[in-house]
Amino acid sequence: MEKLIFKYPAASELVSRRAHVGVVASGDMEVLLEPSGAPGARIVVNTSVDGYRRTWKGVLDRFFSHYRGAAAIEINDFGATPGTVLLRLEQAAEKSRR
Amino acid sequence: MNPVPPSPTALAAEHFLARQSFIELKARERAELLVDAGTARELAGPFDRISSPWLAAQGLVPQADDGVVIVRGAMNARPVVVISIEGGFQGGSMGEVSAAKIAASLDLARKVGEQGTPIPAVLVFESGGVRLQEANLGLALTGEIHRAMLALRRVVPVVGVIPGMVGCFGGMAIAAALCSHLIMTREGRLSLNGPEVIEQEAGPAEFDSHDRKLIWEITGGAQRYAAGFADELVEDDVQTLADALRAALARGVPARHRSERVGEFLERIARIDDPLRFDSAMLRDLFAGLKTDERHVSR
Repeated sequence: MEKLIFKYPAASELVSRRAHVGVVASGDMEVLLEPSGAPGARIVVNTSVDGYRRTWKGVLDRFFSHYRGAAAIEINDFGATPGTVLLRLEQAAEKSRR
Repeated sequence: MNPVPPSPTALAAEHFLARQSFIELKARERAELLVDAGTARELAGPFDRISSPWLAAQGLVPQADDGVVIVRGAMNARPVVVISIEGGFQGGSMGEVSAAKIAASLDLARKVGEQGTPIPAVLVFESGGVRLQEANLGLALTGEIHRAMLALRRVVPVVGVIPGMVGCFGGMAIAAALCSHLIMTREGRLSLNGPEVIEQEAGPAEFDSHDRKLIWEITGGAQRYAAGFADELVEDDVQTLADALRAALARGVPARHRSERVGEFLERIARIDDPLRFDSAMLRDLFAGLKTDERHVSR
């Protein structure tokens, strides 16, 4: 298991609601998204697959290219593919806007 | 000219497509859909972050709710607590936290009852049993679940559902057997030991864990219902299951729980002369007559 931390200081929009999506099941992950209480977004990833920091960064860079929420995001990952990671992040973002 | 009536196959297909699968839902969606609309309120949810302190130390990723969803809500416009186990996370296994959440919510339902209205419980079983990574703690807390069920079921019904596909095994199979009323689908399985465990302990001659037909014929919902170990067999459909649960809750506490009739079951087991020769029909015959009259198949 590996713990990765990422920061996106430019993400400054207010997050109004927290949101939880997904399950730590095979090939899936859960996302806990809540207001960070500070400027910028902070992402903590707990992943069962070691050695994929670059891939995580690539996926998160892509997500934060359009998402601007100042969110504290915790991800518990059980081998989700990059596509699933993006899907779960989008779901969490959408749910937090509802 | 009269229109051609739809064929039985077309009707069956239409019926099949009209169903909303309960099995395909995650634990949280299951709990929220079972209670009356707008009444669901989660206790000890993911943002409370009461997760397993033991998994990360063993290199395993924890889940924020430790795989158990507790929802307070209403059914039949009366308070209920729905306890739903997430089979996708660690096989729905019972660790220290997940099992403690279940036992504590059952105790809470009883204590609230002592001060006023008792709160019945619905347990959605999806569990391989004790989480081996948390060994003795999981085992001890699973015992706490049993204790809490025995205390609660004296005042209000504790209704269980085994929807599938994980099934219900180990200590949670004991919990299922302690329920006031147990509902299964054909996709659910119920067994104290899983097929692999039996094979490992007693050899493939006793139970071949690769024989899927055998597994479903012995531990599947249809067989468990026919042999009297489950009270009801329902289709995998959210509304059907919710209706069956509401009816079971309305029926109240049974005069005698199945587990209080253990002597009758043991007497039947004692009739088996060759434990290596069994099949589903033989087991149905063996336990015939132990079912109570109220049991029926809901469609």
